Amino acid sequence: MSTPHKVVIGLEVHVQLDTRTKLFCSCSTQFGAPPNTQTCPLCIGMPGTLPVMNRRALELGMKAALALNCEIPRFTKWDRKNYYYPDLPKGYQISQFDLPMSCDGYLPISDAKGRFEPKRVGIIRAHLEEDAGKSMHAEAAGKADSRIDLNRCGTPLLEIVSEPDMRSAEEAKAFLTELKLLLVYLGVSDCNMQEGSLRVDANINLHVDTSEGTKATPIVEVKNMNSFRAVERALAYEIVRQTEAWEETHTELGGPGGFKTTRGWDESAQVTRPQRTKEESSDYRYFPEPDLVPVTVTEDQIEQSRQSLGELPAALRTRLEATYEITPYDSDVLVNQGRALVDYYIELAEACGDGKQAANWVQQDVLRTLNERQIPVEQFPVSAAALAPLLEKVRCGKLDANRGREVLAGMVELGRGLEDVMREMGIAEVDDSALETLCRELLEANPKIVADLKAGKQKAVGGLIGQAKKQNPNVNPGKVRQLCLELVEKM
Amino acid sequence: MSLIESTATELLGQLQSGRTTAVEIAAACLKQIDRHDAKIKAFLRVDRDGALARAAEIDARRKAGKPVGRLGGLPVAVKDLLCTKGQRTTCGSRMLENFRPPYDATVIAKLRAADAVLIGRTNMDEFAMGGSNENSAFGLTHNPWDLTRIPGGSSGGAAASLAASMVPLSVGSDTGGSVRQPAGFCGVLGMKPTYGRVSRYGLVAFASSLDQIGPLGRSAEDIALLLEVIAGGDPLDSTSVDRPVPKYTESIARPLENLRIGLVREHFGEGLDAEVEAAVREATRVYQSLGATVSELSMPHGKYAVATYYIIAPCEASSNLARYDGAHYGHRTDEKAMAVELAAQRKALQQTGDSRKLEALDNPLIRMYRRTRAEGFGAEVKRRIMIGTYALSAGYYDAYYLKALKVRRLIRQDYDRAFEQVDLIAGPVAPTPAFEIGEKVDDPLAMYLLDLYTASANLAGIAGMSIPCGLSTGGLPIGLQLQAPPFEEERLLRAAHMFQQATDWHTRRPELS
Ligand SMILES: [Zn+2]
Repeated sequence: MSTPHKVVIGLEVHVQLDTRTKLFCSCSTQFGAPPNTQTCPLCIGMPGTLPVMNRRALELGMKAALALNCEIPRFTKWDRKNYYYPDLPKGYQISQFDLPMSCDGYLPISDAKGRFEPKRVGIIRAHLEEDAGKSMHAEAAGKADSRIDLNRCGTPLLEIVSEPDMRSAEEAKAFLTELKLLLVYLGVSDCNMQEGSLRVDANINLHVDTSEGTKATPIVEVKNMNSFRAVERALAYEIVRQTEAWEETHTELGGPGGFKTTRGWDESAQVTRPQRTKEESSDYRYFPEPDLVPVTVTEDQIEQSRQSLGELPAALRTRLEATYEITPYDSDVLVNQGRALVDYYIELAEACGDGKQAANWVQQDVLRTLNERQIPVEQFPVSAAALAPLLEKVRCGKLDANRGREVLAGMVELGRGLEDVMREMGIAEVDDSALETLCRELLEANPKIVADLKAGKQKAVGGLIGQAKKQNPNVNPGKVRQLCLELVEKM
Repeated sequence: MSLIESTATELLGQLQSGRTTAVEIAAACLKQIDRHDAKIKAFLRVDRDGALARAAEIDARRKAGKPVGRLGGLPVAVKDLLCTKGQRTTCGSRMLENFRPPYDATVIAKLRAADAVLIGRTNMDEFAMGGSNENSAFGLTHNPWDLTRIPGGSSGGAAASLAASMVPLSVGSDTGGSVRQPAGFCGVLGMKPTYGRVSRYGLVAFASSLDQIGPLGRSAEDIALLLEVIAGGDPLDSTSVDRPVPKYTESIARPLENLRIGLVREHFGEGLDAEVEAAVREATRVYQSLGATVSELSMPHGKYAVATYYIIAPCEASSNLARYDGAHYGHRTDEKAMAVELAAQRKALQQTGDSRKLEALDNPLIRMYRRTRAEGFGAEVKRRIMIGTYALSAGYYDAYYLKALKVRRLIRQDYDRAFEQVDLIAGPVAPTPAFEIGEKVDDPLAMYLLDLYTASANLAGIAGMSIPCGLSTGGLPIGLQLQAPPFEEERLLRAAHMFQQATDWHTRRPELS
């Protein structure tokens, strides 16, 4: 998967904006309705109908653009992109061509495991457009009918075009992960790839250093990638394929045979395959959409939108690291789980007073349960306020960590409070004088171990801990060890 | 005066005073249509039963003392490009021959709400592309003044229906002169309101940035009445303008004082028929006698109006008409015949072994598009789609479309400057009176030049109006065009009314045999 050459990757991401209604009509955008039930004369392209812009879509687009550090021009307009296809009933898509609603931004990416250096990926532009419908083709082309579902037709999309700033498949995946997280935090999109709310096309080629200077290999646009993993694998595949192709043919971008091509990712075969590109697709005959008036954006609107962004993932990570003294790795895991989990974590950390301990418990115990049960943190049966005293007991040694985990499991199972569950499980805290009595008895009964300890064989204390646990399962092994050693010292 | 010869305003008075009924008026109009429309062919379809039922319902309401809308039972003819729920809306095209929209255009809804009696659908050039009605897929409309002549277009049926006294009111649309020019050729009045004054929702689009729905009638008062009903901002049309609609009918009788009229020097040059020029100049003398001052001014970019128009309109049309592809509604080619044709072509190519041509053979979808559009569109529509597609193509866009947009701005600036000096611009509607059927069918360029005096108002988005101002020695009507700044329809109507108080050209009707 490695290549001696410089890898150049740019991404084009389409996200469905989380509006109730479509971009230019009042049809619902709900996913999963029976085909062609969420349509009206406008979105099936009937004559005489006219588009009316959904302001909410512009607001969401603006939020996303601001969070991507984009410029928001004061004046933006709509354009028609003309092409014929049965899932595009008007014969043109309303999009934005030369005056997009935002441009020139960036998204910082980094890797908590340090596989690449932190960097900014440039955003060329983010613009609004309407989605097309869905074509379902029968297998035997030319024989059976194709079917069209126009429910999706007119759904608002934000197209985000990155600069070709990514240098590896990992960076591309990190960009997508961070972008998705950002958009979900903003409430701009649910970014559900299975439902088509987030779609990715990638452009990739290699820059090869040769004795005659740097040469670029033909750009390949990769499509049909249905998950971030698929993007990562498809790009890794392309890096190898293009490296081999270069060795074989030395075909240069712009040279003989060196034109841009499109390839589709075949998930089952784990390869990319050439796709036939429509010859006419190069000329969309863009021109300003005469049925819509240009949009003027005021300073006030931009400021309001900026105010509404809330705390974004990058800032949140930094705050968690600074406030609760956790590692970048921990903050990354927490923040990537979404705002609700972060809020749970913060409440827990504040209540138990130990951010590191809270991070461990949330990442290990809480997340495991959420994953097992496939539930969001809002449905986790143990509130942060209820979990905090358990962590407290573990921290000050009143409860062994493993015992604590059993108690949490009990709280989750039974849905009851800490004291209840401890009583139910027969766990009583061992008070300090009882523990000392127990240790003295054990030392008296085990002169051999005492002798070993006195001779410096610290390992021997394990025997005492085992016996202590047998007599009282609630004792904290660490405390037994510490106390026994202290007592032997004094003997 | 008989019911069919009365103006809408007169009829409304008679309805309100109980001297006649909506049913009587509708019946009289239907009778006139029966008598003359076989020769004139102004209507594509007449809704006899629907009109009479509607008229009876309105009469009953009036009789019961219940509220009746502004148009109170007056028959209105509608150009066949305003979508009407459940009723055929053909746009003069085979493509939409059987198309029934599931919605009403805003203007149709407003007409219904005002208790208009929608009596029928008038003929037009296909997709409103043309100036003679010769481009209708459903046959010619004849000029009631001379059946061997065209009525003008594209609202030819609308103008002819009024000239032949078949209806008191008609609704058309004007993209480059399509209301004003046929009104001029048929000796009736027609207005192109300011762009945005009337909602375009439900108007089958030709060129979206130029299209505007406009009223036609036989007096300025009637135009005022109809405009009052159909004008106004519409949340369904983002390009409509939300500003109050003046009570045109109340202000119309107030003469304009100190009226300054401008004559555009360039309008009186080569190509203008001498009789038309004389009639227009005479009309300006009428205004002078009413106290107006007349001055000459220059609109230097007007000479580019036709060229500019014939870039912008086809560009928008090529995109607007892309939706007629047979996939979702409207005409679709016979798929069995298509499959047979494709199979035969494939077989022939296989036999000759021409693999390159075989490879390039249409797939069924492309062939379906091609055949559907070849069959569904007429020659003029195809010509404009091709011009527009070409002009928007990569490499040509800047030289054509972008350049045309720049000239469009200059034309608007000409108007802005002119209206600093004058209140109204007066001039001819068309260079000649109505010409003979077939005279220009083989000469598209000559046909396009008919828009010489009208297209610039659409490009600039201003208001314009056509008023009868004379008859040629051949007995054909001549129209006077008045143009006003944006949203000054009231000024146009008051000026037209002044003229009609001093002249009787608007009362002249053709002898119908
Ligand atoms: Zn819809």
